[in-house]
Amino acid sequence: MSAALLTAKDLSRTYGSRRGLFGVITKVRAVNRVSFSIAAGETLGIVGESGSGKSTMGRMALGLEPPDEGEVRFIGQPIPASGTPAWRTQRARMQMIYQDPLGALDRRLPVTAQVQEPLDIHQLGDSANRPQRAQEMLARVGLSVEQMGRYPHELSGGQRQRVVLARALMTRPDFLVCDEPVSALDVSIQAQVVNLLVELQAEFGLAMLFISHDLRVVRQVSNRVAVMYLGDFVEEGDADDLFAEPLHPYTRALVSAAPVTQRMPGHQRLVLKGEPPNPANRPGGCSFHPRCPFAVERCRAETPALVSVDQGSGRRVACHLIEPSASTLRKAA
Amino acid sequence: MLRYFAIRLGRAMITIALVVTFAFIVLRMSGDPAQIIMGPEAPPEVIAAFRKAWGLDDPIWLQYFHYFGAILQGELGRSMRDGRSAIELVTERIPVTLALTLPALAIKIGLGIPAGIYAALHRGSLADRVVMLLSVAGFTIPSFVLGLTLVLIFAVKLGWLPSGGQDSWRHAILPVITLGIGGAAVLARFTRSAMLEVLGQPFIRTASAKGVPWRDVIVGHALPNAAIPTVTIVGFMIGTLIAGAVVVESVFSWPGVGRLLVVAVANRDLAVVQCILLLVAATMVTSNLIVDFLYGFLDPRLRQNAGKAS
Amino acid sequence: MATTTQLSLSGLTVSFDGVTVLHGIDLAIGKGEALGLVGESGSGKSVTWLAALGLLPGKARVSGSARLDGIELVGARPETLDKVRGGRVAMIFQDPTSALNPVLKVGTQIGEALSLHRGLSGGAIKAEAKRLFDLVGIPDAERRLSAYPHEFSGGQNQRVMIAMALAGEPDILVADEPTTALDVTIQAQILDLINAVRREMGMALVLISHDLGVIAETCDRVAVMYAGRIVEEAPAAQLFAAPRHPYAQGLLHSLPPLGGARRKLVSIPGVVPDPRSLPKGCAFAPRCTEMSDACLAATPALRSIEMGRRLACVLEPQSASQRQFEAA
Repeated sequence: MSAALLTAKDLSRTYGSRRGLFGVITKVRAVNRVSFSIAAGETLGIVGESGSGKSTMGRMALGLEPPDEGEVRFIGQPIPASGTPAWRTQRARMQMIYQDPLGALDRRLPVTAQVQEPLDIHQLGDSANRPQRAQEMLARVGLSVEQMGRYPHELSGGQRQRVVLARALMTRPDFLVCDEPVSALDVSIQAQVVNLLVELQAEFGLAMLFISHDLRVVRQVSNRVAVMYLGDFVEEGDADDLFAEPLHPYTRALVSAAPVTQRMPGHQRLVLKGEPPNPANRPGGCSFHPRCPFAVERCRAETPALVSVDQGSGRRVACHLIEPSASTLRKAA
Repeated sequence: MLRYFAIRLGRAMITIALVVTFAFIVLRMSGDPAQIIMGPEAPPEVIAAFRKAWGLDDPIWLQYFHYFGAILQGELGRSMRDGRSAIELVTERIPVTLALTLPALAIKIGLGIPAGIYAALHRGSLADRVVMLLSVAGFTIPSFVLGLTLVLIFAVKLGWLPSGGQDSWRHAILPVITLGIGGAAVLARFTRSAMLEVLGQPFIRTASAKGVPWRDVIVGHALPNAAIPTVTIVGFMIGTLIAGAVVVESVFSWPGVGRLLVVAVANRDLAVVQCILLLVAATMVTSNLIVDFLYGFLDPRLRQNAGKAS
Repeated sequence: MATTTQLSLSGLTVSFDGVTVLHGIDLAIGKGEALGLVGESGSGKSVTWLAALGLLPGKARVSGSARLDGIELVGARPETLDKVRGGRVAMIFQDPTSALNPVLKVGTQIGEALSLHRGLSGGAIKAEAKRLFDLVGIPDAERRLSAYPHEFSGGQNQRVMIAMALAGEPDILVADEPTTALDVTIQAQILDLINAVRREMGMALVLISHDLGVIAETCDRVAVMYAGRIVEEAPAAQLFAAPRHPYAQGLLHSLPPLGGARRKLVSIPGVVPDPRSLPKGCAFAPRCTEMSDACLAATPALRSIEMGRRLACVLEPQSASQRQFEAA
């Protein structure tokens, strides 16, 4: 990959969670020493189940939440503290969209006015031209002229998500974080928005961090994919490659659990036992070991590191059962 | 669990202390008690003697200090008017007030809750609209207006019932109704909306889908859930048992705690006012504690949280 | 169809405040069969079954017929319906945690069904509830029966719901989006469980889902719904291999593939129509790439096109099946 646009190094985030009104505060490690980098124009997909820490990571990547440890750098510079003028300037170059577009929009304003807003806030371009630029962007995401004058509640879910996307793109950002952007949409509408995202990404040269629990959608939009489990990256690699040949037992289970319309004959489903443990109660060793059908003694005792492996291109896996690549072994020696 | 209630209790104490302090400040700021009790024509030396006798010449912080110390020892002072123990004056009025507020509470609960449930179950029907109309009326008409209207009709026009006083049970009828109707209206509205909220929940459909007869769905599934918000309002009503009848007692010349309070405030009878305020604060705080207990009993989600905390 | 019909819907129609949301559903389910109902939100797939069981709110107007072994359910007396619900036809829902009563112990909620439909009481209830918990894979059954729904995870609550549904030993289980609110790995567990108990108890299954994969992996036969009508019905394997209705085709091609080459998704343009102002003729016509004048003339009827297959489309079945879908 070319020079990284965004790098995250050893990011950790721990929440204090109180049980009950006067309960003891327990530490919940939502994200655990995660490192990644995203090149300009590249999409990194993050998959994981609820509680895996994927949304927390998205917010940290944007500086919306400070990491407890580690650092995020955007074009080589640390991200300024949230709320400072420097951070606000940089926010024009980094945007985020969420699952619920209605919650992200102001009910009292027509959508064109809301799409224009980022230009006003960041004082971009000639103020006389701003309404026109907003309309152009709305047309680009597929809204009709008539729909542009409407209020958010007068649009469908898919149309609202298009509006949110248009607003995010107004400042011509380099980096976009998408947190479950299509999860609330019906299948046919989901496909429309996914197609649009892929087109816009190429057109605007956007780098994306695309967070979703839906493997299919993640594969469709991502160049690379990382799989999270209880705050850890357990596997990372090229998107097509990773889903075609998952290595980590958790990734294998995820891929095998995804329902398909045409099942290959002789396919054996790998159904995991049990449920993801409470993040407040992380198992020792490999955090996946209690549910792993292949766990051995070492998995209980020792936390596996995310290391490069020979299979796949640029694949990293955190599992004792997968052989690290020769170069990793040499480095260790 | 113990810790949970210890903290609640501590909070209750602080609330009461704040009420006492507040009452002290307001009453001392609003005028000179000596002047008021002795009257505007009293010679200055009489006033001075009164001030000395009641410690009103001491610096304000010292008066406060003494007062607080006395309360901690259970000594609530004496009425500046007739020198009787304030606590005695107040306690003898409590049963008189309860004679109004307890039957009124029974009306509130006995009328308000069933009316609310009925309205919710027959949403949009004529009965629902009538209940809601009455409830809005009962809710918005001030109690003195309602009280005076009742007096006008039943005492003045029809002559069926006495207009005031405390001589027999018949004297209590009008004030009890006046008190009860307003509360029943509030409770009906609350119960109705709590019930409607619960009836819209998915678990009600689950109960029907497993073949539970509708009657049992209401009794066994909807009511226990709707009871949770309703209890808050009932708890609040229990908190007003002692001092919630000030207006009505005045309208009907009912010699309860409320009347006593009005007279004591008008006369700047500090000890009595403070004693009543303390009592009111204590009942409010107690009813809050009762509500907390009931919550725990009705809602296992809270019970578990409180349990985990210990 | 080899199986004997157990429940049949004919002309089932539902309207709310004068707006028709279900336009005459004809559908049958055989003994022990697994039928899938697929469609997007607002297609009427849930309303169909809620209407058949009389579970819609009072303002819903239901007409047509739903017959269970000869017993008419539409407009039936409450006592008749209460015996059928839970006893003959049980239902589980999308969000299991809110589908359970938060203030009652799960054991009590299961016990209710056992006493209603099996006439059990006291110790027998407890023993049977424990057996059901074991069956659906809730460990430590004895103790967990006296827990409340909030003490369980979403996946475990769905197991509780399944145990409760099985309590009445129903002939048909209607599962309305049973795994939509659950994580992927838990979804796989619950689907496995539903399949296992269905086989074990010889129960028929109606699986309502928007997820084509979930339907494909579980069902023998599938009905695709759009805007309150069935537009295509076929054996599952055939439907997923060669869908004929343009909507079914669009739905299938909207799904991003999990393997192989990446292609641009063939999305269906436009949005689902508002039931208050359905387009004239075929409700799908405005979004259909194959639309012709005939589509606007009248609503195409659901007709048999071959053994076990029905289609509601004016296109010649042949031409529809032969059309190739390529990345646009």
